[in-house]
Amino acid sequence: MFEVQDRTRESFQRLASAELPAMYWLARRLVRDGAEDLVQEALLRAYRSFGTLRQDAAAGPWLKRILVNVFRDQLRRQARSVEELPVDQVEDFSLYQTLIEQDPLPYSDTLHHDYLRAFAREDVREVLLRLPELYRAPLVLRYMDGFATKEIARLLDVPLGTVLARLHRGRKRFEQELWAYAQETGLLLKGTVQ
Amino acid sequence: MTVKPGPIPCSEAVRQLWDYLDQAVSEEDQEKVEEHLSFCRRCCGELEFAKELRGFLASQGAEELPPHVRARLERFVDDL
Repeated sequence: MFEVQDRTRESFQRLASAELPAMYWLARRLVRDGAEDLVQEALLRAYRSFGTLRQDAAAGPWLKRILVNVFRDQLRRQARSVEELPVDQVEDFSLYQTLIEQDPLPYSDTLHHDYLRAFAREDVREVLLRLPELYRAPLVLRYMDGFATKEIARLLDVPLGTVLARLHRGRKRFEQELWAYAQETGLLLKGTVQ
Repeated sequence: MTVKPGPIPCSEAVRQLWDYLDQAVSEEDQEKVEEHLSFCRRCCGELEFAKELRGFLASQGAEELPPHVRARLERFVDDL
């Protein structure tokens, strides 16, 4: 039996305030500009449908889902067409192998680990933002926010097979961009690796 | 008599590693990946790096909001 939940304005404010960091950082990973606007639009929608939230404990994922819906609607309005990457363009790259071959940290005993540690949060965001939304959104939702692939398919309104293919290409593209970004910005020369 | 197919090549094993970690491959593909990993040192390295990269992505979660952002968003929530 469900407990009767408090669905007052004050209750919404309390639940939403606690989830603001999670919503904001998700929005920052999804869009380059306008993360706060995205959060505000999501909060507005959430408040209007607050009565549909069954359990307070589910408020976090519920608010994130609404935010992804707002993001998806924005993409549709922009109606930008992004071409799918040809498989062979991304398939051959391996960051693991590239690091072994190029050895950018010759004094490191834990090369792959130290290479990733050189990337600060903002660097990771910049790398993510180099990916087309098509690939970025599934990657962020699956591996940074822990959504299941079936749920991502539902949220982005695409078939599951499409999500899986985009995750694969997105991962490969992310690895490529991790390498390119460090090369272009001189990241490894900045003394951030300890 | 059914003939058991040979081991999958590195390209196929690497292509499936993340789905393998997600447990999103069929039982048959899981066996093929594991068979490949049993003799391929390079792909074992790829697997360990895939785990590291997943952990790295998961560690980029939410942290405290910058004060000006928190102030603006809380004001918005208060005005609802």
